[in-house]
Amino acid sequence: MDKEELKIKISKLLPTAVYEDGGDWLNIIVDSNKWLSYAAILKNDGSLLFDYLFCLTCIDWKTHLTMVYHLSSTKYRYNIVVKSNLDINTPKIETVSQIWQTANFHEREVYEMFGVNFLNHKDLRLLILPDGWEGKNPLRKDFEDLINMIKL
Amino acid sequence: MTEEIGTTADGDLIINVGPQHPATHGVLHLVITLNGETIKKVEPHLGYIHRSIEKMCESLTYRQFSYVTSRMDYLSSHINNHACALIVEKGLQVEVPARAKYVRVILDELTRIASHELWWGAMAMDLGAFTPFFHAFRERESINDIMEETCGARLTMNYIVPGGLMQDIHPNFQKRVKDFISLYKSKIDEYDELVTGNIIFQNRMKGVGFISAEDAISFGMSGPAARGSGVNCDIRKLYPYGIYNQVQFDQVLETAGDSFARYMVRIREMKQSVSIIEQLIDNIPEGEFLAKTKVVLKLPKGEFYTRVETARGELGVYIVSEGATTPYRIKFRSPGFSNLSALDTMARGSKLGDLVAMMGTLDLVIPDIDR
Repeated sequence: MDKEELKIKISKLLPTAVYEDGGDWLNIIVDSNKWLSYAAILKNDGSLLFDYLFCLTCIDWKTHLTMVYHLSSTKYRYNIVVKSNLDINTPKIETVSQIWQTANFHEREVYEMFGVNFLNHKDLRLLILPDGWEGKNPLRKDFEDLINMIKL
Repeated sequence: MTEEIGTTADGDLIINVGPQHPATHGVLHLVITLNGETIKKVEPHLGYIHRSIEKMCESLTYRQFSYVTSRMDYLSSHINNHACALIVEKGLQVEVPARAKYVRVILDELTRIASHELWWGAMAMDLGAFTPFFHAFRERESINDIMEETCGARLTMNYIVPGGLMQDIHPNFQKRVKDFISLYKSKIDEYDELVTGNIIFQNRMKGVGFISAEDAISFGMSGPAARGSGVNCDIRKLYPYGIYNQVQFDQVLETAGDSFARYMVRIREMKQSVSIIEQLIDNIPEGEFLAKTKVVLKLPKGEFYTRVETARGELGVYIVSEGATTPYRIKFRSPGFSNLSALDTMARGSKLGDLVAMMGTLDLVIPDIDR
């Protein structure tokens, strides 16, 4: 199934989703308020079954943050990319860790590296950074560490 | 935050395994809640070897950043470099010479054998058998010698570069690989005699660390760890790269979902790797080994994603480019990170002693998890 057919199929299920060109796969942009209900549809709808969340990450665009979810269906072998834009000052989005269990660790990583607050996440705390880490989030573009310089 | 030592209100004991523990093979820290000897919860604490490779790559050029990836999963460094080369070639639409494609796949499979060798020896040692470690390292040494002669390095190769290979293969390469393969074929059966058929070993592996196919997918597991649960996830088959679509090999699947199934997947996979190398080694085409590229590489504005099958599973490289000489954002989706997240589900209800077998069959490489 090519991108266009998949787009037609998904637009029926996700009415307010917007589509973006580029990349290998269909890019879908959803509103962060809608993400949780849309995620459940993508996972459970019998004609899609996106059961494999193979990449979850975030991008800092300086004006806003973008959450990026790469999803795959192990039954139909479709791949899609779902994105959601978040406010840079108070980034928050619903967790999907109860839908895809891998999101638990990946969201914790995004939480500490980008400062995104995952609402209703059961265990949202530092994973990689040391206990007691205070200050800015390392993968934000405005992060500067004066002691351990990593600029080359 | 869980208390890291002592007892809980229910009278359960909390103990720490690692970060300095021989069975974690690196600096992995597990906080384990125990009821008697039964595991109630396993909580990994990561980051002891976190180097922020993703942040570092934001200030490295497209030629430089693949060198850092050799230090992620250091046992699959060729395959990591291959992923980085593929994504740059995809962005710049560079056609790689056939010779380089053949050599890349041969090296990938040699790397996979070497990695599984180390896993086999170390895992047997975790379970108390010391001899297999020496057997495994004896064969792995031959692969390291081939790598050293060809690439100049034994562990962090950096030989696969955007456009092809850094230099042509050594004149001895084909002969030495063939010598190794003929020697190695007799050794794999020896492994079965030494370990696989051993009744004590089987008792410690069978029925231990079960994970269902559904859970394995939900946890984002990949590679031999997921194929032990019958998940069809070999990237070489599903999304072929290089010349994997031109070689004959089987995707190894086991359905039991326990430690022994994951063990058997890797053992059988080594035989498949041998077969792939045999198909290619006599047919390496003559010609260029490196395509002509510009001195300064700039990926066009946009997003790129490639996925390859490392010895541990699916490595994804995600690049967001703004058209500059360095990536705007880069994400490495490492197989170990997702595989480790399933450990808690896998271990609950098991005995503490079996945890070592589970960690062994997940084949964790800590720098790959922490990045």
